[in-house]
Amino acid sequence: MAGNTDPLSPRAKLAVTAGKAAAAVSRAAGRGSGSVIGGRVALKLDPDLLGRLATHLDVVLVSATNGKTTTTRLIAEALGAAGPVVSNALGANMPAGITSALAGGSDAKFGIIEVDEKYLAGVARDVTPKAIALLNLSRDQLDRAGETRMLAERWREGLSGSKAVVIANADDPLVVWAASSSPNVVWVAAGQEWKDDAWSCPSCGGVMQRPGDDWFCGECGFRRPTASWALNGDHVLDPHGSAWPIHLQLPGRANKANAATSAAVAAVFGVPPQVALERMYQVQAVAGRYDVVQFMGRDLRLLLAKNPAGWLETFSLIDPPPTPVILSVNARGADGTDTSWLWDVDYTRLAGHPIFVIGDRRLDLAVRLEVAGLDFRVCETADEAVQLAPPGRIEAIANYTAFQDLRRRVGN
Amino acid sequence: MSDNSLRVIWVYPDLLSTYGDQGNVLVVERRARQRGLQVERYDVRSDQAVPTSGDIYLIGGGEDRPQRLAAERLRRDGGLNHAVSNGAIVFSVCAGYQILGHEFVNDLGQREPGLGLLDVVSTRGEGARCVGDVLGDIDQPLGLPQLTGFENHQGITHLGPTARPFARIRLGQGNGTGDGTEGAYNDTVFGTYMHGPVLARNPQIADLLLKLALDVNALPPTDDRWYEELRAERITAATTPA
Repeated sequence: MAGNTDPLSPRAKLAVTAGKAAAAVSRAAGRGSGSVIGGRVALKLDPDLLGRLATHLDVVLVSATNGKTTTTRLIAEALGAAGPVVSNALGANMPAGITSALAGGSDAKFGIIEVDEKYLAGVARDVTPKAIALLNLSRDQLDRAGETRMLAERWREGLSGSKAVVIANADDPLVVWAASSSPNVVWVAAGQEWKDDAWSCPSCGGVMQRPGDDWFCGECGFRRPTASWALNGDHVLDPHGSAWPIHLQLPGRANKANAATSAAVAAVFGVPPQVALERMYQVQAVAGRYDVVQFMGRDLRLLLAKNPAGWLETFSLIDPPPTPVILSVNARGADGTDTSWLWDVDYTRLAGHPIFVIGDRRLDLAVRLEVAGLDFRVCETADEAVQLAPPGRIEAIANYTAFQDLRRRVGN
Repeated sequence: MSDNSLRVIWVYPDLLSTYGDQGNVLVVERRARQRGLQVERYDVRSDQAVPTSGDIYLIGGGEDRPQRLAAERLRRDGGLNHAVSNGAIVFSVCAGYQILGHEFVNDLGQREPGLGLLDVVSTRGEGARCVGDVLGDIDQPLGLPQLTGFENHQGITHLGPTARPFARIRLGQGNGTGDGTEGAYNDTVFGTYMHGPVLARNPQIADLLLKLALDVNALPPTDDRWYEELRAERITAATTPA
């Protein structure tokens, strides 16, 4: 399927050119990278463009609530061992952004594509992927995204006819439910700290039993599948029983899980785990996430956490007390406008850290932390928070637009 | 209520804890402890019996299928009805509010019986989902300041003669009936569509529940600085055009 045997039609070529022109105009006008507007223009001229661009590629789709941008990057690094890669590395993960990214990679062999959870079924139909990596599903922006279980249901329907190899997390019951309609699944025991969206069996509604790392429904027999790949502490276990050490620069358990999944994806294309993992070690930061920046003479590590599951994984990777922590939360359109989810995050995990609170919705956070019985300072700006923070590297945790604000402020 | 210990029951977190309403439990716990009470909190999963000897029961919002499952299991269990007949206080939100009524429309589009603890009947709205910040005046006899919250629901709830509207809406949809009502209550059972969570946005409602449970008219004061600042901000934001 790879190779350029099927050149683009004149119409598709025109669409790509028009899209690039629109992107250039958008960039010149200072309105971002232009990748989304370019893709939108191109798709309007040729609605089948996404599928046509993808016919030249071995496509891998990556979707999840958390970790999709990072995992897309890790897989892109790993598969770079087997040929040139094109990827929507900046996280523009809806059809227009994906189209735009693929239009820029005419010489590539692989297309590694991050897909927004809501669009996975449609994109999987359009681009005929070779592999689909599914990491996790949990509550996120419920005021606009709808129900988490319904998302799993839509994945399940969308994947039931797919010929792709599905690489799926055996530790997330919603992901297992979504993937198990697919005939060809590689299960990865990638773990998942957050469990509060899967106490109810996605199949029958029975109460889920979760002894240790196992899970099963007491009523219908839906249960955790046996995984052929696993994350085991600091090692990836492959299907042959070999354990490969993980030495990522990226911090945290969740990124080790992302690396395990990425190694399983790489193996589908014949790249051995050792080669795949070594290439992943080059990744330092992904679209600013995990970057350590200098600001006002201090070191700040920038951490993105958008929803309860993401905050939970982030708390487990920050340096221990008395490391100072800055928390920033907004509730603009891209964040979801409801801040109720803050109450699903266990902030008592921050006990002992000096805490500084900023962002549009710092008062919601202040009440949340007050009720959690924590000491904190509310600050007007990032500058004020950094100024007040005691010595040591500062961990700055922010949700989506708050993270963008922070990056802009610190010049990242 | 025995001595100075308070039993708080969080009903079915496995099914009805999707929209941050766990915050209501945390606020009640915190404010009770600040008044020197010993709080025993029980999180009751839907495969466990609901204890009948609690003082305050809290129920949150959830998705459509879990809501049906919760109603089935609560009806079968009977513990919550038993507790209310013992005089327990119940505070419910959204899907939980609908379950306390006579009936609601379930995920299969069918009429699902509720627990009949509130004289309300819920249907499903045909129009757009009600999503956004809400502002209202809480029913006067309760003597509470303005209601602020966040709603996110498709349901419409009609009040019968023995349910009083919990609030009158100034901004937002509330019960969605077009008559300006929001939520419902009787002597000890309360229902609202407000998330936020509502008790974090309105700590005086949490104190009302505590006063009812303790059977007192007043509680020692607490430092509510951050609650007050948040309330002022949300009320201003709701009344200022974007």
